[in-house]
Amino acid sequence: MHDKDIILKVENISKQYRLGTIGTGTLSHDLNRWWHAVRGKENPYLKVGEANDRSSKGNSDYVWALQDINFEVQRGEVLGIIGKNGAGKSTLLKILSKVTAPTTGVIKSRGRIASLLEVGTGFNPELTGRENIYLNGAILGMTKKEIASKLDDIIEFSGCERYIDTPTKRYSSGMTVRLAFAVAAFLEPEILVVDEVLAVGDAEFQKKAIGKMQDISRSEGRTVLFVSHNMAAVKSLCTKGIVLEHGKVIFNGDSEEAVNFYLTNESRKIKEDLLEREDRRGSGELRFSSVELLNYEGQNVKELLSGHYAKFRFYFETIKEISAENLVFGVVFRDTNETKIADFYSDEMGVQFHNVIHNGFVDLEIPRLMLRGGEYTLDIVVQNGKIAVNQIDLLHNVFVFNVFAGNLWNSSKINRATNVALIEGMFTE
Amino acid sequence: MEKKSFAEGEWLYEIGPKNNFFSLNLSEVWRYRDLLMLFVKRDVVTVYKQTILGPLWYLIQPLFTSIIFTIIFNNVAGIDTGNVPSFLFNLSGIIVWNYFTSCLNETSDTFKKNAAIFGKVYFPRIILPMSIVITNLVKLGIQLFIFVCFYIFYLFKGMNSELNWTLLFFPFLVLVMGLLGLGLGMIISSMVTKYRDLTFLVSFGVQLLMYVSAVMYPMSLLKEKLPELGWLIEYNPLAYVVETSRYLLLGEGSISTGGLLYTIIVSILLFFLGLVVFNKTEKNFIDTV
Repeated sequence: MHDKDIILKVENISKQYRLGTIGTGTLSHDLNRWWHAVRGKENPYLKVGEANDRSSKGNSDYVWALQDINFEVQRGEVLGIIGKNGAGKSTLLKILSKVTAPTTGVIKSRGRIASLLEVGTGFNPELTGRENIYLNGAILGMTKKEIASKLDDIIEFSGCERYIDTPTKRYSSGMTVRLAFAVAAFLEPEILVVDEVLAVGDAEFQKKAIGKMQDISRSEGRTVLFVSHNMAAVKSLCTKGIVLEHGKVIFNGDSEEAVNFYLTNESRKIKEDLLEREDRRGSGELRFSSVELLNYEGQNVKELLSGHYAKFRFYFETIKEISAENLVFGVVFRDTNETKIADFYSDEMGVQFHNVIHNGFVDLEIPRLMLRGGEYTLDIVVQNGKIAVNQIDLLHNVFVFNVFAGNLWNSSKINRATNVALIEGMFTE
Repeated sequence: MEKKSFAEGEWLYEIGPKNNFFSLNLSEVWRYRDLLMLFVKRDVVTVYKQTILGPLWYLIQPLFTSIIFTIIFNNVAGIDTGNVPSFLFNLSGIIVWNYFTSCLNETSDTFKKNAAIFGKVYFPRIILPMSIVITNLVKLGIQLFIFVCFYIFYLFKGMNSELNWTLLFFPFLVLVMGLLGLGLGMIISSMVTKYRDLTFLVSFGVQLLMYVSAVMYPMSLLKEKLPELGWLIEYNPLAYVVETSRYLLLGEGSISTGGLLYTIIVSILLFFLGLVVFNKTEKNFIDTV
């Protein structure tokens, strides 16, 4: 492979952020930094700073959102960037699109970078749709001539022809998004950045963005950087993948391997002994210690079939005997995209605990587990009464289990294995 | 898609932590010239959308200010404006002063006001302050038109004033003012990104500045009446700009070569200082704004 086939080269990129508010404290740091610069010395605050772990309390005012990032992208490659929320994905994209500069390191590029997260930037509600197409296009780096030549296509793609000479403040929000997306879709950058994470919430837009991305990468052979929580999409669309954790690249390679690495890395971090976890919240009078999943036969398992009986058992310890009368237990199911799939709260189910409790467990019994195939994780919480302020113990990601497609409808047919919760029902004539 | 072949080691661009000292990338700004003009168009067109009088508002403000100034400073306080009608004297001062203050006020807000756009997409940041200066140029043009109308009106009423060949230098003076406003505005906008203190200073500082910038009185008058405060006006580049432009437009007052030279040097210095500060800020301001 020749060096010239590398379209994007990221070398030792780091980004430091300061926490807290800006006030007189920052002024003294600024003055100190300036004083070091005047004497030709290195910035004293570059040496401090901690890895960016948002849940644990740190000692430093500075964190490294990104630390020593290195990777290369070949022309025509589709690179998936995966990582948990807060791993540094969006910061990386911001640096790549020149919105903010890295603290150290260099990015070298042989092509224009544009991203679909810029949809609608600079839209002015007073201007008409047509005027906004020009303005938005120019902000995204097109010349007037380029826009004029694509104007008809843009208008057609947006489907807002009738409204095109009306101020965009009269548009419905859906129409504004369509128009904005149409402009972005006709950009022709050498490197396209798609941040699916930020587009969450508008399913239609998300679908369009991914569709456009497929077009670009497959038929036009252009380079795409794809940020997603959707592991299936990364596997199928990307050729290469990098995994970010706490601002560092922990894996760089083939996309399939990257996804597998990410998933095993995440589940490996789930400790069997929850008492060792430090990222818990709450007053701590009661602390969860471990979780078990039991099947109908009472065996300890990690996987189940759709539609089968499941019993989750949550063990806990208390410092002293406490009354369970006001306790509310909650359990949240999440899929691999960290999307909430289902939740259970004991108070709204009308359950009241009566005993005075010491060390022990509570069970959550699910007669038919209405989940399609996939991997799921659990969050658990216990609080005093309904208000979340009186949290006693809250833990995310306490348990991972797999569901395999089974005979959900008692129909001797295997149900489809997509990651969606199910509702009981039946077709009739 | 066309495949460009690159020599080894040749990159389209590099993104690093620091800019060069003067990295005003002129070719890049040129590439974005369409954006510059579209911003100007947006600002001119949208300000008075959904108003009935529309761009007439550009005229109403200086006209009424001039009338009030004429009543207060000339009729009540009795400031002498020489051969020129006081109204015309005030109007010219206010139009010129307005150009400077609008440039300053609006550019000093650049980073804060446009953080949403800047936070999402890259284009040369300097485009926005530049568009402000050009937008105000349009405004200045409209206001000068009304000035010319009144000038002709007073000529018919018997004012004896002769158009001066030095009028040709007026655009040059406008340029100096633009540089001054832009330079100061860029410095302030860069500082405001982190510490908001300056916003308060600017809003009333500009008002105070007007009183020592010879807007509603000739420069000579202040020197004559308050000789111990004369230095305020001696070292104020704006006073020279206002005084000189009045001389060019109306033939009233004085022209001081030394003062003018001083003004030009200060403007250019401030402009370049502004550029340096602005360039330094634009890379990271989004983290602190």
